Amino acid sequence: MTGDTQTTEAAPAKRAGSMGVARNLGLVVALVILCGVGLITAGDRFASTNNIITVLSLASAIGVVAIGMTFVITGGGIDLSVGAIVALASVWASTTGTQAMAESVGWIVIVTTAIGVGIACGVINGLLIAYGKIVPFIATLAMLASARGLAEIIADRKTQIIRDQGFRDALGARPFGVPVIVYIFAIVVIVGWFLLNRTTFGRRTFAVGGNPEAARLAGIKVQRHTVYLYALLGATCGLAAVMLMSRTQTGSSTHGLMWELDAIAAVVIGGTLLSGGRGTVIGTLLGVLIFTTLTNVFTLNNLSTSVQAVAKGVIIVVAVLLQQRLANRSST
Amino acid sequence: MPAPLLQLTGIVKEFPGVRALDGVDLVVRAGEVHCLLGQNGAGKSTLIKVLAGAYQPDEGEIVMDGEHAHFADPQAALAAGIATIYQELDLVDGLSVADNIFLGHERSRFGFSRVSDSNRAARELLVSLGHPEIRPSRETGSLSAAGKQIVSMARALSRQAQVIVMDEPSAVLDPDEVGGLFRVIEDLRASGKAIVYISHRLEEIRRIGDRLTVLKDGRTVAADLPARETPTSELIALMTGREVSAEYPRRTTPLPDAEPLLVVDGLGRTDEFEDVSFSVRPGEIVGLAGLVGAGRSEIVETVYGARRADRGTVTVDGRTLRRGSVDAAVAAGLGLCPEERKSQGLVLDEAVYRNISLASLPRFSRFGATRDSAERSAAHEASRTVDVRPDDPDRVVRTLSGGNQQKVVLARWLLRSCRVLLLDEPTRGVDVGARSEIYTLIRTLADEGLAVVVVSSDIDEVLGLSDRVLVVADGRVVHSGPSAEIDAHNVLDRILASNESSHESEGDAA
Repeated sequence: MTGDTQTTEAAPAKRAGSMGVARNLGLVVALVILCGVGLITAGDRFASTNNIITVLSLASAIGVVAIGMTFVITGGGIDLSVGAIVALASVWASTTGTQAMAESVGWIVIVTTAIGVGIACGVINGLLIAYGKIVPFIATLAMLASARGLAEIIADRKTQIIRDQGFRDALGARPFGVPVIVYIFAIVVIVGWFLLNRTTFGRRTFAVGGNPEAARLAGIKVQRHTVYLYALLGATCGLAAVMLMSRTQTGSSTHGLMWELDAIAAVVIGGTLLSGGRGTVIGTLLGVLIFTTLTNVFTLNNLSTSVQAVAKGVIIVVAVLLQQRLANRSST
Repeated sequence: MPAPLLQLTGIVKEFPGVRALDGVDLVVRAGEVHCLLGQNGAGKSTLIKVLAGAYQPDEGEIVMDGEHAHFADPQAALAAGIATIYQELDLVDGLSVADNIFLGHERSRFGFSRVSDSNRAARELLVSLGHPEIRPSRETGSLSAAGKQIVSMARALSRQAQVIVMDEPSAVLDPDEVGGLFRVIEDLRASGKAIVYISHRLEEIRRIGDRLTVLKDGRTVAADLPARETPTSELIALMTGREVSAEYPRRTTPLPDAEPLLVVDGLGRTDEFEDVSFSVRPGEIVGLAGLVGAGRSEIVETVYGARRADRGTVTVDGRTLRRGSVDAAVAAGLGLCPEERKSQGLVLDEAVYRNISLASLPRFSRFGATRDSAERSAAHEASRTVDVRPDDPDRVVRTLSGGNQQKVVLARWLLRSCRVLLLDEPTRGVDVGARSEIYTLIRTLADEGLAVVVVSSDIDEVLGLSDRVLVVADGRVVHSGPSAEIDAHNVLDRILASNESSHESEGDAA
């Protein structure tokens, strides 16, 4: 029989993975347009090496969180608590206690504390979602409230200055004129891409997000994998806290405000399916760069943050519409 | 013969790369049940969508009630009197029955809904369908599949539909409910409506159909055949373009005298099934027969660990499996092709090869990194073994026909080198022609030494396919023996007998 062409309506793509290029193409076009606008309106101030480095370092910390978020969303979840986890990790890692320990042992204590706190929060999220059967939206909403609250308690709502010279030297270094945190971001993107596309872990993430029941019946430990995903995102939040502490020299319970929205927006305009099962690290990278460039162009033109917020909303809608067009065209 | 109510001539619908409909003719008269037969991919779904106004044909004409019709959208088709009841019923679970019936043409005044008015109208419709027991105010999600179908039909009637298109309405029903559905259809026919009935099940078409049209490869290959008299062999020949023997591939070699590979002992789950014991030797096919709701799927899923057993053990090759652990079952060499292929078996938007390798990922990874080419070629080989068509491992599984999707799930377990294969409804949603391919495949796998357990609500299928059969009724095994020594009537007798006795004992207890 030739019953192979079951014509389900407007089959999204005959072949898996053929739309990656087209999706990213739309984002690249958007980024190029933004840069064009920057060049025309701000000229050399935009195109200077210094400015480009500024954009990249601004993108780095939120970018690392967005890469982690790509995994969670591809795996069928969502995490609203990332900003709060960043705040908690930054506060915990910059208390006088931690800093005193860092003085005797080394600056790495600050880094491991931040990442450790992030992982712990992520594991709690993951356990509540995978084994407690709480929907991700609610579980991480609870984490959002309590993690930021705990950060406020620990810091007593004060900004904690980072005095550890070792930490400041190590993460404030600028090999070849580029800050260390930009290198960290680059490494996270590469590792994230590899993890999602070239490992069993990534393959399982797609399966768990695409059809958890089928994954379970194929022998994949879906619950455990879900915990891993949130723990991974927690780790990237901890790392982002480290990067933020290096950039601002502070730990504060107000760090990472609204990051959950920025991270989710970057992931979604990047082309990761909010319902799970499809995700792209490169798309997320482009999404983060688009948002950061946008902020930069607006700041250079002395436009208020309120105008930026409106533009951000418009960008999200336009980018998603554009992607859908391109994706449809590539599949036909 | 009355004048045609609906006439389609030379309908063509093209999609990029596919000519889904390539000259379809269909004539439907008032007061008849017109059956539409064809394999998956023959164009039935597309044709339904053309009728429903969801697709616009590229060529051809539609004449409704003597007038040329063009359905720009589903609303236009409804307005012209064609209502479609899809396989996945398009009801909103959270709304009341009455709200669903009048969805899209709500009864309201100045924007306020007239609840009592629409409830009354809904009740009238439900009564006219012979189902007064469905309250219009009831939440639709709490109804059974059969009840939802009635609501869909009431919706069609509320639109004054002259033609009601039903896409495999019996697929979600158990035999009792099918009887009820047929009574409703007969009433509709008697009241002068035309029913276009799509089904894979030939016996249903015999029971309910008046005339039938056969589609193959997007074309009408036979029209106006009498639904009851046309011989099955002729229908299958028309659909497949070749003669298919309805024979099941019987065992050709004697069963090797080996120790049982799978031993299930005293397995039970509270309120589902009790004291189920059986064993399967390598090379043997054991069937579980029984009606829907008898606990067949529950048994298989518990053997697999997808449900946690309360009592009893499952032993594979002498090793007892941990209860409630799919993991342990897969590690011990079990594989399950689940009943709901799309929701339980496949990651629909992933490529064929990735679905096949899903259970064997560690085999294709080194330190966690996948070896894509090795994975791809091994999965491709497995898909060739079961003959997935088209032969393209990168194709998205969603675009395959039901039979080929089933083969993908089978290939997954072949790749995993599983030793015990559990098949739950292996031919559901698989067209007649592809069914015999699946049967042959199952028999071949058994001959190669796999222990196979088959569950099906089609009793003939279980009997035809298996060496030994267990009859399950009400969560208990009421008969077990060689399938050659029992026929479908006997199986039904035993099920009915057990139902009676269990009701008696319930009466005693009370």
